Amino acid sequence: MKFGVISFPGSNCDHDALYAAGTCLGEEVVNLWHKSDEIPSGIDCIVIPGGFSFGDYLRCGAIARFSPIMKQVAQFANSDGLVVGICNGFQILTEAGLLPGVLLRNSNMKFKCKDVFLSVSNNETAFTNAYEKHKVIRIPIAHGEGNYFADATTIEVLEHTNRIAFRYCEENGDITPKANPNGSINNIAGIINDRGNVLGMMPHPERYSDVVVGADDGLAVFKSIQNFVHNA
Amino acid sequence: MKHYNAEIKITLREGILDVQGKTVEHALSSMNLNQISHIRIGKYISLAVEAESEDKAYSVVNNACRELLANPIMEDFEILLREV
Repeated sequence: MKFGVISFPGSNCDHDALYAAGTCLGEEVVNLWHKSDEIPSGIDCIVIPGGFSFGDYLRCGAIARFSPIMKQVAQFANSDGLVVGICNGFQILTEAGLLPGVLLRNSNMKFKCKDVFLSVSNNETAFTNAYEKHKVIRIPIAHGEGNYFADATTIEVLEHTNRIAFRYCEENGDITPKANPNGSINNIAGIINDRGNVLGMMPHPERYSDVVVGADDGLAVFKSIQNFVHNA
Repeated sequence: MKHYNAEIKITLREGILDVQGKTVEHALSSMNLNQISHIRIGKYISLAVEAESEDKAYSVVNNACRELLANPIMEDFEILLREV
């Protein structure tokens, strides 16, 4: 299979994503510049990486949404291509309307850069099938605007249709306000779209894809995508 | 064509916690300015627009706000338009 990782001016996790999917997972990877107005054929999954695209000017992700490649990403997603947005990538996907809701300023006003525990709330997705249900994983976060917000109806729909992929939790898996680093509603750390082919998450699985850099709890996100594509 | 200037005020929607406003409020209260409350911090954008009429100018700016300058999920905006 083949991953495409988009770089915007200000992306800083693009190479981590290329390393996770390429070196750690052993799949073909290609780096795509945001100005490109086509997605090369043969790509199964697009990764929109973390960083500070366009300096987070105006709002995080607001400008990147208008990069030429984003029209292609929307088309790719509408034709069932897999899309993963990590951190700033999640913010870009909400701004582009490919995922519902918005990421507000962290409720504690702090830029949070630390490891957190996540509970895998739904392990039957293209992005989480390599995890056991409710598995607790340790993944780093690094964001100032990760406070997931959506109106009450949207949250209800996300909950009832099992579209919360990850939630912030304690080390033992308990989902508590204390484990919530940014004020996200219902401890939401990652969601999928209604068709199940777009994932947005604030934590960085690509940064924990190799024990050499601390842990590999995040590699299973990429492994899940590999499983999904190979079994399709 | 007429020339207009638009002043746009963008604020977080009511009901969304404005953590920046809250923090500034705490700082003001440490200056003993306890009579100040309900601080909301937003953005101010000024721009020039060319259009045939005020209605058309408003429609252009309104569209810019809805599509890019503000995010309607979390923000409200107000447009003040004047001919220059």
